[in-house]
Amino acid sequence: MSAPVLRVQDLAVHFTSDTGGILSRRERLLKAVDGISFDLNPGETLGIVGESGSGKSTLARAILGLVEPHRGRVLWMGEDLTKLNPDQMRHKRKEMQIVFQDPIASLNPRMTAGAIIAEPLWTFYPQMERLQVEERTRGMLKMVGLLPNQINRYPHEFSGGQCQRIGIARSLVLNPKLLICDEPVSALDVSIQAQIINLLRDLQKKLGLALIFIAHDLSIVRHISDRVMVMYMGRSMEVAEKAALYRRPLHPYTRALMKSVPVPDPKLERQEKDVSWLKGDMPSPYNPPRGCVFHNRCPYLVKRCQADVPALRRMENGDWVACHRAEELDLSI
Amino acid sequence: MALLDVKNLRVSFDTPEGVVHAVNGIDFELSQGETLAIVGESGSGKSQLVMAIMGLLAENGKADGRAVFREVDLMQLSPHELNKVRGREIAMIFQDPMTSLNPFLTIEQQMTEVVMHHQKLGRHEAVQHAVEMLRAVRIPDPEERIRQYPHEYSGGMRQRVMIAMGLLCEPDILIADEPTTALDVTVQAQITHLIGELRDKTHMAIILITHDLAVVAGICDRIVVMYAGKMVECGTVDDIFYRPQHPYTRGLLASVPRLDRDADLDLHAIPGNPPNLLSLPTGCSFRDRCVEAQEACKSVPPLWRDELGHMSRCVNKIPGGRQVNKADDDSAGAKEGESE
Repeated sequence: MSAPVLRVQDLAVHFTSDTGGILSRRERLLKAVDGISFDLNPGETLGIVGESGSGKSTLARAILGLVEPHRGRVLWMGEDLTKLNPDQMRHKRKEMQIVFQDPIASLNPRMTAGAIIAEPLWTFYPQMERLQVEERTRGMLKMVGLLPNQINRYPHEFSGGQCQRIGIARSLVLNPKLLICDEPVSALDVSIQAQIINLLRDLQKKLGLALIFIAHDLSIVRHISDRVMVMYMGRSMEVAEKAALYRRPLHPYTRALMKSVPVPDPKLERQEKDVSWLKGDMPSPYNPPRGCVFHNRCPYLVKRCQADVPALRRMENGDWVACHRAEELDLSI
Repeated sequence: MALLDVKNLRVSFDTPEGVVHAVNGIDFELSQGETLAIVGESGSGKSQLVMAIMGLLAENGKADGRAVFREVDLMQLSPHELNKVRGREIAMIFQDPMTSLNPFLTIEQQMTEVVMHHQKLGRHEAVQHAVEMLRAVRIPDPEERIRQYPHEYSGGMRQRVMIAMGLLCEPDILIADEPTTALDVTVQAQITHLIGELRDKTHMAIILITHDLAVVAGICDRIVVMYAGKMVECGTVDDIFYRPQHPYTRGLLASVPRLDRDADLDLHAIPGNPPNLLSLPTGCSFRDRCVEAQEACKSVPPLWRDELGHMSRCVNKIPGGRQVNKADDDSAGAKEGESE
């Protein structure tokens, strides 16, 4: 097997915020990402799943150097990106691009589709011939399933799904080797979500991209990922091969996420009336629970979970899990 | 008799680009204790339909048709008269729990305002009632938390507060416009479950608006599927999920990613984009995205209805279906200068 293109090692991003009045002022620490490690192989898709506040977007930003990590390393082709200065990092970003969640807000409404897609080319290759840029832009439009003659249209003339296609074209125009998609379909209609997922799948195969696909829903991720990482409160709960994860999740949180996915089948849904497998809300990130961060919502809680933080450890089948009881629990779906 | 009877409801908007017909002749009935889902994509008119019933259209919007609630046509009421119905007999909760609450007021101030206005309760009683409601939607320590501000609540808790506010005056109808779309899947499951439970307890009728059929599978009785301002299919929940007739409904069902299906296959997508109401195709509005489109789809499709009330608007006849009398149907065909 070839060497990973991306290695993330013990990455942590902490934010501080001031609270209290002028006199009682104190700093609060929020560990948005708290020691995440994973490898990404060339041409591989890693799905990252978690609820809002789990730190998945912050993780993506930290990998791209858009927020400064508190500790840890991001090795891109063996080079530690956290050690680069802003100018060096800017050049690295040619190779690593991102697609954002809100397809409409992430496009400048005063630029045409063509100008939006071509902008990275002008930025990184200012000497490029005008004709060449236009040809490449038209090629990109075609590649993402838009018509080359839509090049002069403005974002408001496109639907949400089409805007997301423009966002994808912009991120691929520089031929990156890594693409991070941060909830690219969450804002779209169900019928259109599938179009974008299928497009990303095709493009990834065609271009041999390494892909990180972030979502809050395990069902979408399943259609595009080779492996899946489940995050909760800044930590990685489970990293597993897709087939194994969906057949037999190792972490109770993964199972809870799977059980939450609504099934378009009234008979099955009526049976699944019991929602006791996931109690309450995510605790405040300023005040995470001691021990396992999931323990106060976990149906399989034992004493140990409240005292010791479970380490992310490797199981026999090669998958990773952070649960004290992973061996004894059978969470098969 | 139906609790709410909507007949030939139309909504149009005057825009600089022309008149947009957002809702094009919708009929439906809602009975006591029934949960009706209205399903469709962006641009299907599902939200504008209920906004029109509630008299909440934007200024450039115009509605006509009838929406008879307890023998009163809501469409004929003055804003003042509507205010007595809204919030008391018909309550509505919106999609975004973050922006539906006033950030400057405590939950207590916002909740008591409703009951003190509608039910003329005193301050103390109003607070007690609000606390009870918060307990019913499972807000922990409601006596304490009611004094907090919205930002101190999580997204799921804010939506529960919205539901609690909707239920304060024990409405006959609760209208929920995409109540779980902005929430995480885990919270979404809790909220839909909660809505179902409260319905069973109070026997109120519910209209649930959503773009995701899977979300309503477990809790609704009947479903209206809308496309480009028209009802394309309507039936019981089992009709829609197990015997869908309209190609659009079938497409919507197939595009839901399922954990119990093969993940290596491509996801089924409905081709094309949500309808642009300014440039709809003639005849069937769905025909440019329909995999089964044929020549006949260029004229206005007939509406079929079987004996049990399952309806579909498509050139394809439904099993046991009879074409609904033209007079009962909408007049869209005549309006578009076409006849059958």
